[in-house]
Amino acid sequence: MWDPIWITVKLAFITTVILLVLGTPVGWWLARSKAWWKEAVAAVVALPIVLPPTVMGFYLLIALGPDSPIGQITTEVFGRALPFTFAGLVVGSVIYSMPFVIQPIRNAFEAIGDRPLEVAATLRASKLDSFFSVALPMARPGLLTGAVLGFAHTVGEFGVILMIGGNIPGETKVLSVAIYDHVEALEWGQAHVLSAGLLVFSFLVILSMMILEKKLGRRLR
Amino acid sequence: MTHSIDNGIVAQFSGPLDHFDLSVAFELPARGVTALFGRSGCGKTTVLRCLAGLSDVDRGHLSVKGQVWQDDNHFVPTYKRPVGFVFQDASLFPHLSVYENLIFGQKRAGARANIVPIDDLVELLGLQDLLERSTHHLSGGERQRVAIGRALLSGPELLLMDEPLAALDRFSKNEIIPYLDRLFKTLDVPVIFVSHDTEEVERLADSMVLMDQGKVVASGPLSEVLSDPTLFIAKGPKTSSVLDVEVLSFSDKDRITEVGVEGGVLLIPGELGPVGSKRRISIAAKDVSLAQERPSETTILNVVPTRILDIHLLDGARCNLLLSVGHKEQNGAKFLARITQRSLRKFDFTVGQEIYAQVKSVSMVGGKNGN
Repeated sequence: MWDPIWITVKLAFITTVILLVLGTPVGWWLARSKAWWKEAVAAVVALPIVLPPTVMGFYLLIALGPDSPIGQITTEVFGRALPFTFAGLVVGSVIYSMPFVIQPIRNAFEAIGDRPLEVAATLRASKLDSFFSVALPMARPGLLTGAVLGFAHTVGEFGVILMIGGNIPGETKVLSVAIYDHVEALEWGQAHVLSAGLLVFSFLVILSMMILEKKLGRRLR
Repeated sequence: MTHSIDNGIVAQFSGPLDHFDLSVAFELPARGVTALFGRSGCGKTTVLRCLAGLSDVDRGHLSVKGQVWQDDNHFVPTYKRPVGFVFQDASLFPHLSVYENLIFGQKRAGARANIVPIDDLVELLGLQDLLERSTHHLSGGERQRVAIGRALLSGPELLLMDEPLAALDRFSKNEIIPYLDRLFKTLDVPVIFVSHDTEEVERLADSMVLMDQGKVVASGPLSEVLSDPTLFIAKGPKTSSVLDVEVLSFSDKDRITEVGVEGGVLLIPGELGPVGSKRRISIAAKDVSLAQERPSETTILNVVPTRILDIHLLDGARCNLLLSVGHKEQNGAKFLARITQRSLRKFDFTVGQEIYAQVKSVSMVGGKNGN
């Protein structure tokens, strides 16, 4: 029972960290750029919200598979293709949860507006300096929301994971798949325990996020 | 463009704005307080932003104390210009405390960090009790004082302020003006501030750049610009002139202070300060009446011998006369008188004529009123 929980938490944590690192510059660019094609990029980022997870999983399976260019590279470097590995799940989760992290970050950066950055410039702060000393701290509520949503969303992932091979016990079998397997095997008791656990977890996540956001938001207004 | 003031501020900006073309050029000494004055939307804020490098127009040239900040080939970005900028709405960083806001620029100012010692500034601005506070519950006046302190601690060679008092109510304004007054007198940093409030300008500025529809209409010492009868600001109902005066003596019996201006003296009720101290007074043009001979019977305190320098007819019934204090004085202080054209014809006043001006009321700028 503990294996799927551990794998799920590990997957969600790694995914969230990667998304924060990648999503912050992308969110910043989406918030500040004046390029005409930036909304096209924004649409690509938002695509996983509307795309059926099975469709995404299917394409990922093909894109990462041993016959694809990416698959050939990973085979060269790591000795195997990514599907049916934990690393493959990470790649899938990052793409699947991307909009839930980037969108709040972008909104937070947009809400800051030009003025604080102009003020920073008149106080001798370079662009990079004001990004770290003004924009990031002021966008903290958005970063936090993005992190929590990304984490929670990854925990609840099912379709994509099943498609790219998330059913190997001890390696890629996550909670949602474990629950599915228990139900398939008519092991209602175990399905109940895991499901109730996830239910409570989800409730606590949303609640703490709302409270934190209110607190931080008040401080920054 | 000639760089006649090597140590001054030489600026030239031109390019299209929303409703008209901006085309300004001016030279200012790199000391004292200059008001960039004009109606709302005349382009003065844009000029200020251009000086800071926050906005750019098609063509811009700017040099400050001999250093080129901008010309056809290069543009020094804002963060490399030693300017302080105070925005209309203070714009304090919400994630930092008052103290952290104050030292934000100082930490990044390098060698210029300690031009203004922080303790002195905190005291000048009365911020001692606010330092550890968050910025959220400060009053409008307190916020603006923190913003001014923050800008000055970045060691600016030029302080720019965009209507620093416009967002404040009258109470906060009166609270903050003495601080500004003290600051400007204490610090050796040239200040350019945008304003559309005559009172503010009279109180704080030494020189003035007058703008209208994206153009500079006049620039020079404040008293000269304000008393130029040909400018649009001389046509309003509240037109007044400012004069810098020095306290000469105080009569205990009458409680009247005698002050000296270029070319003569004026009497002002009340005690204005120790002998030798400098004050600024304002004379409303409509409070000045004229007589050909010295009136013998009058309750008016100030009957000043003056010479007519210029006569300017206004639309309607009135006209402005530019007067200079003292009949024979060459550099007499100048002020405006507003009379009717009918009186002008009746007494046949002409340029160069020596007459007497009865000044009904003299206001202390930013202080007690005299009559």
